[in-house]
Amino acid sequence: MTRYVLKRLLLLPALLFLFSVTVFAIVQAPPGDFLTTYVATLASSGSSISAEQVEALRREYGLDRPIWVQYLKWMGNLARGHLGLSLEYQRPNAELIGERLLLTIVLALLSFVFTWAVAIPAGIYSAMHPRSPIDYVLTVVNYVGVATPNFMLALVLMWGAFAYLGMSVTGLFSPDFVEAPWSLARVVDLLKHVWLPAVVLGVAGTARLTRVMRANLLDELNKPYVTTARAKGLSEWRLVVRYPARLALNPLVSTIGWYLPALFSGSLIVATVMNLPNIGPLLLRALINQDMYLAGSILLIYCFLTIVGTLISDILLAWLDPRIRFEEG
Amino acid sequence: MTTPLLRVEDLRVHFFLDEGLVRAVDGVSFDVHPGQVVGIVGESGCGKSVTMKAILQIVEPPGRIVGGRILFQPDSGAAVDLTRLSPKGPALRAIRGAEIALIPQEPMAAFSPVHSVGEQIIEALKLHERQWRPSGPRLSRAEARSMTVDLFRSVGISMPEERIDAYSWQLSGGLRQRAMIAMALSCRPRLLIADEPTTAIDVTTQAQILNLLRDLQRRHGTAIVFITHDLGVIAQMARYVVVMYLGRVMEQGAVEEIFHAPKHPYTRALLRSIPSVNVAPRTLLPTIAGSIPHPLGRPRGCPFHPRCPDAIPGVCAERAPALRPVGSTQLASCFLYHRDEAVEP
Repeated sequence: MTRYVLKRLLLLPALLFLFSVTVFAIVQAPPGDFLTTYVATLASSGSSISAEQVEALRREYGLDRPIWVQYLKWMGNLARGHLGLSLEYQRPNAELIGERLLLTIVLALLSFVFTWAVAIPAGIYSAMHPRSPIDYVLTVVNYVGVATPNFMLALVLMWGAFAYLGMSVTGLFSPDFVEAPWSLARVVDLLKHVWLPAVVLGVAGTARLTRVMRANLLDELNKPYVTTARAKGLSEWRLVVRYPARLALNPLVSTIGWYLPALFSGSLIVATVMNLPNIGPLLLRALINQDMYLAGSILLIYCFLTIVGTLISDILLAWLDPRIRFEEG
Repeated sequence: MTTPLLRVEDLRVHFFLDEGLVRAVDGVSFDVHPGQVVGIVGESGCGKSVTMKAILQIVEPPGRIVGGRILFQPDSGAAVDLTRLSPKGPALRAIRGAEIALIPQEPMAAFSPVHSVGEQIIEALKLHERQWRPSGPRLSRAEARSMTVDLFRSVGISMPEERIDAYSWQLSGGLRQRAMIAMALSCRPRLLIADEPTTAIDVTTQAQILNLLRDLQRRHGTAIVFITHDLGVIAQMARYVVVMYLGRVMEQGAVEEIFHAPKHPYTRALLRSIPSVNVAPRTLLPTIAGSIPHPLGRPRGCPFHPRCPDAIPGVCAERAPALRPVGSTQLASCFLYHRDEAVEP
């Protein structure tokens, strides 16, 4: 088990290197650079900038150097813990990303907890009572949940909360706390606001997970070891939770790693609609403006979280399933 | 005659499929006396496994017990009709595993692959603790573990201390089945149901497992219902035999009578199709004419009549014969032996 984890950890730097090259290539892929976009933006707003000034800026930012030099410069900074400067905001990227990343992760974790806490029991119940009225109700709810775009759900909930409860549920903070420094009161305020976006973001995943859990468990329930456990005299709930549910979970655990990045990209529209100060809108803007170091840093952080998430799910899976532990050990 | 430990009376288990009704078990009766080994023999799909699942009330939907009684005689008091107990209720759960234990067909799949075999046996011990030990201190983990080690030793598993922490897929087929037997015996049941316990194991190991079961049966006096399609195994193990075909009992009786004086044409055909060392080389092995009908297309009357060489025209295809005495211990359901019932009353 320890060897298995160590092996995975040793792979981490190699993977990060590969990702950093890919990310940089992708960010650089659109024609032109930050300054081309900048000039175009200025032109559209009626002002202009001289060709000499553009060239001077290009030299200053190092945009005239070959791509691999730019990459090495970026990597050199990263190695020393600097995420670089945002070309657009003229502020350190770390500062721009910092709080938004934290809020994004809080939101992701909450929506993850919501998803699993609802989907697993619902899936188990459905599989234990297939074709029962509650199973049918859950099935319909699940299909609606999967089919409803989450921004749509966000709009409906926002409208409902405003029209009937007189509540404004956009953002993650009350107006008083948006710019306030962190304090206990601000955390409480965050908790008051964060649940709705967490639920909105989790609904589709919950619906999908319930269906998968139901299907997995139905397969497991027909296995002979369930008959053995039943013949042993275990009560139905105890035996289902102890044996088949445990086995039905394994394939789901291996998908935990994908959850975080999926949620990051999936939350973009919801974040825009609900005015959430998370990282999605920042990345979108950085990409549109070709603010390459900011976009690159965000993407690289995504990659890092994906790797970590996958590592966690691999460790969990090995811990849950001895067959994997022994094979890899 | 002692009171039977288990009496199955006119048991009917039907499967309600979308395609139609399958009468998997259709009027099966037999007795199991304390300490007796009863063999149930029949081709695949004859309902022998379903009968066993019905005794424990673990028939999977869409199957359901639709008729008959299953009387089980507890240590004291009157016999309990198991079909009247709720399949999920505590009364039946107290019988499962503790009074009636199951040795399943496929030991590989019958253990959970993510729990060690020892853990699964300790669970059974703890679950029925108050039944196999009505008083005394609560069973500690260490004690349950050492009991499991003893159980492993008693079923002939070498290095039991290491083996109880193994997972089922780390053990050989024979060891797995031994571990399964250890689990079935853990709560000292009075009736053991062995559902083709040697089918998935190679022949050498098969003989060892049969010897082990016979030995344990003698030592503990446990009654065993032994299900198999292998007549050779029945001859070795059982004292009493029930021959089933398409959900009905064709013939039953003491093993000597069934093997030496089979009455029912089906039993006779079955016995003829056993390979023997005494026949001339290169002769064809006799087989039973025709094949088992589709479960949904079960013949009217006696289910065996389309394949039966002695079928009485106009009778066997019309009505099903009842199980009637044909010898000192032998019963057969065949109109050949009670022609008086063959004519319409």
